[in-house]
Amino acid sequence: MLSFALTIAFTLVGAAFALSFLRLLKGPDATDRILALDTLYINAIALLVLLGIHLASPLYFEAALLIALMGFVGTVALAKFLLRGDIIE
Amino acid sequence: MSIVTETILSLLVLAGAVFTFIGSLGLYRLRDFYTRLHGPTKATTLGVGCLLVASSIFFSVTGEGLSLHEILVSLFLFITAPVSAHLLAKAALHRELPSLAAMHNNDRETKSEHSA
Repeated sequence: MLSFALTIAFTLVGAAFALSFLRLLKGPDATDRILALDTLYINAIALLVLLGIHLASPLYFEAALLIALMGFVGTVALAKFLLRGDIIE
Repeated sequence: MSIVTETILSLLVLAGAVFTFIGSLGLYRLRDFYTRLHGPTKATTLGVGCLLVASSIFFSVTGEGLSLHEILVSLFLFITAPVSAHLLAKAALHRELPSLAAMHNNDRETKSEHSA
């Protein structure tokens, strides 16, 4: 039962990836693209967690944690650049 | 793994995946930036939270002892999602992106002027 649920979950998260990527391509403004990137990295965390359950391996959490940290820093830097025209003042 | 644990795990995994999908669907379908901001910041965060709880239960049951790495990731996500959403909304207001709510209110005002 769990493997069946995991198959459906992989499909849904993959579709979520595709929709976020389409928004990243479409825009129309820079803020939309930053938001799409933010969603893409959260989707990547979801996919890594699912992969960890599927392979019954706890190795993937470090990767998920790193993506969470770096993605947040990236989003804040890009938003700050749009807001002030500079990242570190 | 007992049948009860497996059922709970399957439900959590399915709920998490559905919420993640709904968040990205909202990001793709909604019509202005301010409404689009809702999907990823709320639905997707809840979805990933569900998946992390499922993963925590799975490794606590199969591995030795309680598995608490996932709490770290979910705590971090739950703290940072509102912060990045706030910064993005501020950036959008700074760039003066058009909002559908403002257009709707303008429509209503012009209509009431016509009727008056």
